Amino acid sequence: MKAFTYQRADSAAHAAAAALKPGAKIIAGGTNLLDLMKLHVETPSNLIDINRLPLDKIEETSDGGLRVGALVRNSDLAADARVRQRYGVLSRALLAGASAQLRNKATTGGNLLQRTRCYYFYDVTKPCNKRTPGSGCAALAGFNRIHAILGASEHCIATHPSDMAVAMQALDARVETVNRAGETKVIPIAEFYRLPGRTPEIETTLKPGEIITAVKLPPPPPGVQVYRKVRDRASYAFALVSVAAIVDSTRGRIRSARLAFGGLALKPWRAAAAEQRLTNAPANAATFNMAADAVLEGARGFGDNDFKIPLTRRTLHSVLAEMTRT
Amino acid sequence: MEHVMDEHESNAEPNTRGTVEVTRRTVIETGTTALLLTTLPRAALAAGPAADSEPSPSPVGVELQINGHPHSLTLDPRTTLLDALREHLALTGSKKGCDHGQCGACTVLIDGRRINSCLTLAVMHDGQSVTTIEGLALAENLHPMQAAFVEHDGFQCGYCTSGQICSAIGMLAESRQGMPSYVTDDLTQPAAELTDVEIRERMSGNICRCAAYPNIVAAIRQTARVST
Repeated sequence: MKAFTYQRADSAAHAAAAALKPGAKIIAGGTNLLDLMKLHVETPSNLIDINRLPLDKIEETSDGGLRVGALVRNSDLAADARVRQRYGVLSRALLAGASAQLRNKATTGGNLLQRTRCYYFYDVTKPCNKRTPGSGCAALAGFNRIHAILGASEHCIATHPSDMAVAMQALDARVETVNRAGETKVIPIAEFYRLPGRTPEIETTLKPGEIITAVKLPPPPPGVQVYRKVRDRASYAFALVSVAAIVDSTRGRIRSARLAFGGLALKPWRAAAAEQRLTNAPANAATFNMAADAVLEGARGFGDNDFKIPLTRRTLHSVLAEMTRT
Repeated sequence: MEHVMDEHESNAEPNTRGTVEVTRRTVIETGTTALLLTTLPRAALAAGPAADSEPSPSPVGVELQINGHPHSLTLDPRTTLLDALREHLALTGSKKGCDHGQCGACTVLIDGRRINSCLTLAVMHDGQSVTTIEGLALAENLHPMQAAFVEHDGFQCGYCTSGQICSAIGMLAESRQGMPSYVTDDLTQPAAELTDVEIRERMSGNICRCAAYPNIVAAIRQTARVST
């Protein structure tokens, strides 16, 4: 690790102000940041520890939803009785991620902001536009089995690694932030992540010095909730493809559906066009295939990851068939 | 110091044949390197394998309750909890495997919860209680989980074992609190029965390269039955 100075924040606004200084970085759970610091991928000169801030509560909101503090640990969020009852897709997605030890440490805000696990992003001897803008993308012609098939650009084909954020995308979560002036803002998760385009180093719409304080979950939509993760091992591995699905159906007919995908793009991928094709449609193979066509419109493989295109189709088909079985 | 004397001796033994061979000197040099690695200054240790030339930042004070005993440390802020335990307090039971949170050999309990001590800074735990493998036995009496690992041969080389045992103890506590896992069928039910499938999923953060998994599961299964 490069040397850094360490300080504890006594308020979110104080942390936001401190984070504005060059070289400063917020640390919460640290399970991703310290990993990256050991490899010199991240080299902050000042670490601001926010673990003492009172952001570790899960509260009911007046609209019937939940407000999840940014420091709520992944394991606590997954185990919360209200989350298990009302947001099963979120609980299951959290439990699908990492290991129990990591979930005990990793936070809600940190999970949203974790960095890609692209091998070349992690290897400081290789070009990577995300790590070193303008240096090139080694994954384009390299080993790209785990890489994106949707929303990629010639500058970056990395994927977002989070399971939690995929479920939150399907739940229309909103990210609450504060800046150094103490002003709060709410960002719909659909607008939170950016696609790589020409600036893969800018991953979210957070402004410099803006701190995540909570994630708000609106009341759950009607229907069954499922999180299906397809990966190389049965446990403790990142998704090749994952699906967060919320489907309301009765007697072989789908009333409404929400679909979000992990492992396919640099952000959790919400599939609005596919959701439309499922709305008021019969729950059969033809409908599921039309939905998969809509998800995969514009999909492109880069060689090693070509398999993700049929895998996505099959995974979606399987999930929808299971959820609408009468 | 034996190594240093040996090296002087080897200097007096030139390789007259000029062939490539593993000489006593190369063997001894390897030994000397290993010796140096164990005596690296702690700042270099905190910096990690790719040590940086820049000076160490100002040290930070941290109070830790470790296995029931208070400790006051002054640390380079880069010091991970694992390095604080091993290098500053000589508690070498917690092992450094991957140093990246992937293997679980460094698992300890903080206020009763299992975490990877390699992926957290010691200064972030000021005022907290840490339990390591050294803190589990009561005098000569092994913790039931330790005894079960011995009884069931839950290890071969033993390197992952302290992490496995600490993790298993944390896991049983989680299970008793009703925490679900990815393989729990019905998330709306308060507690899942600790089947072998549940044990394996819940222990997936601890890798055993000797693959003693069936025996590890047996040890945990037995301890779970006895203690619930």
